[in-house]
Amino acid sequence: MGVISSLKQRLFRWQSDGTTRFRLNQRRIFIVPTRGGLLFATALLVMLIGAINYNLALGHALVFLLAGLGMTGMVHSFRNLHGLLVTPGRSEAVFAGETAHFTLTLDNDRKQPRPALELGIAGEKSVAAAVDRLASSKINIPLLARRRGWLELPRIRLSTVYPLGLFVAWSYLQPAMRCLVYPQPLFSSLPPPRPTAQGGARSGEGGEEDFAGFRERQPADSPRHVAWKASARQNDEQGLLVKQFAGGAETELHFDWAATAGMASSEERLSLLTGWVISAANEGRRYGLEIPGQNIPPGSGEAHRRHCLEALALFPA
Amino acid sequence: MSTAAREAIDHAATPWLFGVAAITTAPHFLHQPGWLSAFAGLILLWGTWLWQGDRRLPGRWVLFLLVALGCAGILLEFHSLFGRDAGVAMLVMFMAMKLLELKSRRDAMVIVTLGFFLLLTHYFYAQGITTGLWLLGSLWLITAALIRLHGGPASPLRATLRYAASLVAQALPFMLLLYLLFPRISGPLWGLPQDAHAGKTGLSEQMAPGAIAQLVQSGDIAFRVRFDGPLPARDKLYWRGPVMENFDGQTWRQSPGRLAAEQIEALSLPVTYETTLEASEQRWLLTLDAPTGLPPETALNGRLTAYARQAISQRQRFRFAASLDFRFNVRESTGVLERNRALPAGLNPQTRALAVDWRNSGKTPAAIVNQALTLFAGRDFAYTLQPPLLGRNGIDDFLFRSKRGFCEHYAAAFVVLMRSAGIPARVVGGYQGGERNPLDGYLVIRQSDAHAWAEVWLDGRGWVRVDPTAVVAPARLENGIGDVLAAGEPLPAVLQLRSDMLRNLRYRWEALNNAWNQQILGYDSQSQRDLLSRLGLADTGWQNLAVLLAASCSLALAALAAWTMYNRPRHDPATRLWHKALRHLTRRQVNWAPWETPLTIAQRVRLEQPALGEAFDRVVEAYLQTRYAGATDNLKTLRAAVAHLP
Repeated sequence: MGVISSLKQRLFRWQSDGTTRFRLNQRRIFIVPTRGGLLFATALLVMLIGAINYNLALGHALVFLLAGLGMTGMVHSFRNLHGLLVTPGRSEAVFAGETAHFTLTLDNDRKQPRPALELGIAGEKSVAAAVDRLASSKINIPLLARRRGWLELPRIRLSTVYPLGLFVAWSYLQPAMRCLVYPQPLFSSLPPPRPTAQGGARSGEGGEEDFAGFRERQPADSPRHVAWKASARQNDEQGLLVKQFAGGAETELHFDWAATAGMASSEERLSLLTGWVISAANEGRRYGLEIPGQNIPPGSGEAHRRHCLEALALFPA
Repeated sequence: MSTAAREAIDHAATPWLFGVAAITTAPHFLHQPGWLSAFAGLILLWGTWLWQGDRRLPGRWVLFLLVALGCAGILLEFHSLFGRDAGVAMLVMFMAMKLLELKSRRDAMVIVTLGFFLLLTHYFYAQGITTGLWLLGSLWLITAALIRLHGGPASPLRATLRYAASLVAQALPFMLLLYLLFPRISGPLWGLPQDAHAGKTGLSEQMAPGAIAQLVQSGDIAFRVRFDGPLPARDKLYWRGPVMENFDGQTWRQSPGRLAAEQIEALSLPVTYETTLEASEQRWLLTLDAPTGLPPETALNGRLTAYARQAISQRQRFRFAASLDFRFNVRESTGVLERNRALPAGLNPQTRALAVDWRNSGKTPAAIVNQALTLFAGRDFAYTLQPPLLGRNGIDDFLFRSKRGFCEHYAAAFVVLMRSAGIPARVVGGYQGGERNPLDGYLVIRQSDAHAWAEVWLDGRGWVRVDPTAVVAPARLENGIGDVLAAGEPLPAVLQLRSDMLRNLRYRWEALNNAWNQQILGYDSQSQRDLLSRLGLADTGWQNLAVLLAASCSLALAALAAWTMYNRPRHDPATRLWHKALRHLTRRQVNWAPWETPLTIAQRVRLEQPALGEAFDRVVEAYLQTRYAGATDNLKTLRAAVAHLP
């Protein structure tokens, strides 16, 4: 680590445990001139020399008033962040390859609005935000989830060039926020159900045989299940339709790590299992999951689905 | 940061930048050639049209062609692309062209910066009060435009303007500190371009027929004077400029070279005064006869004309002392006397013959002077700004035929008469009189007070001032030129104000302008030293100034930061009154605790201070009503109850 970057680390050190609401104070806010501000300063210097050379009293006045405006602008840029309350929020789990959204709440208890704020993660596109006077606003910071597991929210830069664009004031926020990223699903046909204790008689019914109507497509649905013809008859605003199948609700599926042995890597195996969990949940069937170190008994419903997906997401690599 | 600079400008923010361009360029239309103003105006209209329809901006080749056209025009007009006037013209053109490629925030910052330079360059031409107000107005608009550019989507117009006004207002204290304390450097840092001070009108160092008559038609102020004592009599107010000794039959000119120092014999106590000279581009100064005390860096040239070391290229102050009664060069060198008897050969035979007649009749020089004045006092001679044209023998034509003329005609004719009679004489150019502004006591001398008179050398008395105009038109000296001329003469408008109210308004405006010039524009390194010594800081090297400036600016900055960022606790009036009542209890030694409710405290008061009990009950009652019943009327009751606490 270079001297500069170690200095930066020290200088911009986070001073909060990051889980609770905190207020931006002068120790957290930094301010430097923008490129426009440097242009402004250079112009002022040239103008000052001109005013001295031609002995223009009003020229002096103009330069000094602009210098005053620059200083005032600096204070006001700083003020646009100073005292802002930041509350870390929670984030919805996503699948790898999707964009995770971290929600922060900005509270403004001052009687002036705080417009033109920008929040962003280094290297990502930043989002614009504004908080009205005595109001609060929720900001979603997008971050592409590349890999399964916990996605920690990296350091966020909250910045503003308001009002004059001559200075940029910024603060680094490092709330302890993380988002669970499920493995990227790989969709393929569900494994055959295995007979259950109570309902072996109906074990012959396949999950994809009895057509029971259409429903709107969820992001996790496989493209292969989309009913393209039916969707084309829909209006544009309505989403794609997916065929829904009845039957098999009473049959239990069992997704076993061992059954995915044909896949190349353990990540792909997890993807396949994830795809199965999603498909089974969409079809409303009961399913169980067995991966090394964890055995989740069959069940259904949202909590069960989340439990299974969490287990897959946090499966040790 | 850099992505923000490349960011496209909000479509709705663009008109603000058009406004910035218009307000900063507009004053230049007073000085720039008409075609350039039209060019800039048309491009602004074009840009607005493009913006309105959200049309595509013109391509690079169109812009290139337009710039080439503009440069060609400027070259034709000024014969250069540099120098003061051409440079300003280039700025105007670039500002206009930039409106056609206004895409990103960076372009917008370029427009704003060009706007600053356009504002600055306008001060070459004008620095009056209106220009100062224009500066403030322009900065207000520029600030609003910057806010709009960086403020995200559409904040309402009025809120933006109000916020911009408060930013400019908060910048004013910094401006004041910098203006007063920034170390002032006087004089140019490097040579000024040739045309830096072009186009000044004023007295010139030669006198051709009609020169002064033309000057008199300008109402511009030549200089202002403040006397330390009372204002001297009007007929003593001869402001001496260049002395012209050489005559070629048409034009009077100064003779080159310095003469021996003057011998001035003061016959009265000196008066002292301060002159604020407007830029004249001449080295000579205008002083009251006879100057006895001169400021440093100035000197007399042997003819009683004071000279500065450099041409007066900006408004400048001088302090002089003068003896109004004096004798000047009683002993004069024969060379000078000879030169002042010389006349071009063969011209003006009639004038010569007349003067030779006078001399041959045995008159003394003083008697000849009186003879000439008597001649002018005759009824035939008239005073006018529009004399008929004179021929080759101009003096003859004037004296014997037209008999109508202006001060320069009379002075010239008089000097030629004297020289023909063998008396050394010369023409003096300058100003006479002036108008006292009753509001600030300054004497204002305008170009229209330009005057020419004569000086003759008499044995034993030295050079004596003779003003033939005083004989022809005595009122000229008493009341100024406005009262002398018949209606219909071409006079500056300022002198034609006969109404008292208008004259009063003019006095006010000029006094205001003078205060502006003296106090604000005239603030220089000397005034800076004076100010600081009055503050008790004697040693003011630039280092001390810098320290003082930095300290005071930091203080102002800290104050501004504290003021804008301090989140004032919002106490409503009811709480304030309640706290006041509690303070009252503390004074009466009631041991209330902060966590106690009003009712508990009331109970405690009844126990500890029964005398206070009833009055305090009323306070508690009113407070609770105000607080929880929500009626505003109760506030009055509460205030009364707190006031009545014994």
